[in-house]
This record gives sequence, structure tokens and C-alpha cells, in this order.
Amino acid sequence: MGKAIIGEKLGMSQVFTEDEVVPVTVLKAGPCVVTQVKNEKKDGYRALQLGYGEMKPERVNLPMKGHLKKSNSTPRVLVEVPLEPGEEYSPGKKVTVAIFEEGDRADVTGISKGKGFAGVVKRWGFSGGPASHGSRFHRAPGAIGQCATPSRVFKGRKMPGRMGGERVTALNLLVVRVDRDKNLLMVKGSVPGPHGSIVIVRESVKGKAGKGRR
Amino acid sequence: MKEIETFERSQIRDEIPQFAPGDTVKVTVEVSEAMGTGEKRTVRKRTQVFQGLVIRRHGSGARETFTVRKMSFGVGVERTFPVHSPTIKEITVVSEGDVRRAKLYYIRDKVGKAARVKKKKLS
Repeated sequence: MGKAIIGEKLGMSQVFTEDEVVPVTVLKAGPCVVTQVKNEKKDGYRALQLGYGEMKPERVNLPMKGHLKKSNSTPRVLVEVPLEPGEEYSPGKKVTVAIFEEGDRADVTGISKGKGFAGVVKRWGFSGGPASHGSRFHRAPGAIGQCATPSRVFKGRKMPGRMGGERVTALNLLVVRVDRDKNLLMVKGSVPGPHGSIVIVRESVKGKAGKGRR
Repeated sequence: MKEIETFERSQIRDEIPQFAPGDTVKVTVEVSEAMGTGEKRTVRKRTQVFQGLVIRRHGSGARETFTVRKMSFGVGVERTFPVHSPTIKEITVVSEGDVRRAKLYYIRDKVGKAARVKKKKLS
């Protein structure tokens, strides 16, 4: 398994390093349980299904109970992560924050905060018009196309609409602290989503550990 | 949230002396200077002393900061430090002032004698 773990965004704080103050997001990550190992023969591809959190046993419905029988767990969230060749896992195995070390680079995926029906200035960064001097043009999108040719609006035109509440990944975040006793992970910078939301922390696809400034 | 609070509390340094806006303090800070790049890059550490009037304390817990103002060659210089930063080697209170507000921004507009703060009378 490439390093991956499911967690929860707790909030932001700061960490003093030797000579600077680092803004961090505190994540409570794991312990996760391997609930299913997908293999080539049966599923067509190799993957690992991880579970996080606790559900009251009486709340688990029967199909789920059957699925979770092998791992003997009742997790609240299930997430699938790819499994690298040559790795063997069995259901019931635990995954903890110990897979990450300080100085690693990680990608954090979450569901961004919902912004509702947002205008074009907030959603797409349009400049808008002057606020005063009687311009009568403030936050409207302006022209959205041409005239008789093509006499339609092209697809993909940036317009107002629902913003946020989608899957977003913050790439290449530095792992500043790992607290194995409390299952805490602190990554530099911000992470998508509100406090208490579920996030997936994975090994960074861009920067490999050891590279970069620290 | 509880975890964040405990973590922040663990970063608080309790050997920091008590001081308030109006006090004159001497702050000893460690600054690291990087020389050169790549292979030749060396980091040298030295300490700096900044003495002046505390004009504000801001924030709480481990995130608290304070701002010190001093006159340097006729120019007002303000520096903001995190109270609990490990780069701060020492804070010594030179004198305590008697002031009636928490933020002494008015001092910026005062020159000469008017830019002073009353000394606290020992009672």
C-alpha cells in the first residue's frame, strides 16, 4: 500500500520549529482497519479497503455486517486505496499514523466547504465593476458570448452556480508532527473541508520525502 | 478540538515573566542568518537585543504575541514577537509603566516628552 490513512479534520493551530512559526492543520488520523483486500483474480485489480471510526454495532445493517465479518470491526467510513505490487495485507490489520514520519510530504483529500449559490466574482474570480461613480455595473458577469454567429452560448461558460461541497485535494503538504499516542497528524497549511469532516491522507504524488527544504 | 487545546498548552513556556503594555522590556532573540546557497550554505546563529516599550499584547495561549516599540536614530521601530517562541531567549522587564489602556497606539503620534509613559509607583 502506498501510505494512506483516513482521518478527521480537527482544526488549525501553529507549531514552533527552531526559528519560525509554522501554521498547521491538526488531523486525527486512524487507527484504520483493513476491511477488504481486493485482488486481481476476484476483483480485477488490487486495492485495499480501509475503515475508520466507530459505529454502534446495532446500527450496522445486515449486508454491512457480512462484509465486515472478516475484519471484525464496525467502522463508520470506508475508503479504497490502491495496493502496490508485492504487498500482502489481510482483513483486520490496523493502519496507524505511524506510517507517516515528520518531514514526509502528503496529499490531503476532503470535501470542501459548501458556499451555496455563488456569483461569478466569488466562484470564478471575475473582477467585477467599479463600486461607485455611477457605473451601474458591480458584480455581474458581463457579456457571455457573441451575436448571430454562433447565436448560442458556448459550453463551459463560467457562470454563477453552486460552489464548494466537492472533492478537493491539497497537494504536497509537509508533515510537521506525528503524534502516535494520540493518533494526530499535523500538516503544514490548510486542508479542504469544515472541522470534523472526513479526510484521506496519502503519500504525496509530487514531492517524495526528503526532497525540498526540509 | 480538545486535542488542539492540549497541544497548544504543551507549547506554552511558563518561565516567561509577567509584563503588560506600558512596561519597558529587553527582549533577547536568536536570529539565524543563512549564508550562501547549496553546498556552501551555512546557518549562523546570533542573538539580538531589542529594548523598548510594550505597546500591545495580542491573542491568547501559545498564539499570544506582543509588540515592542523603540526609537532608533529618530525613527520609530516596532517589532512583534510570539510570546512563547523558542527563539526568544530572555525577556527582562526593565521598568513597569502605569497606563490606562491595553493598546498604546496613541504613542505613535507623540514626539519627545509626550511619548513617555508614567512609571508605576510602588505601593
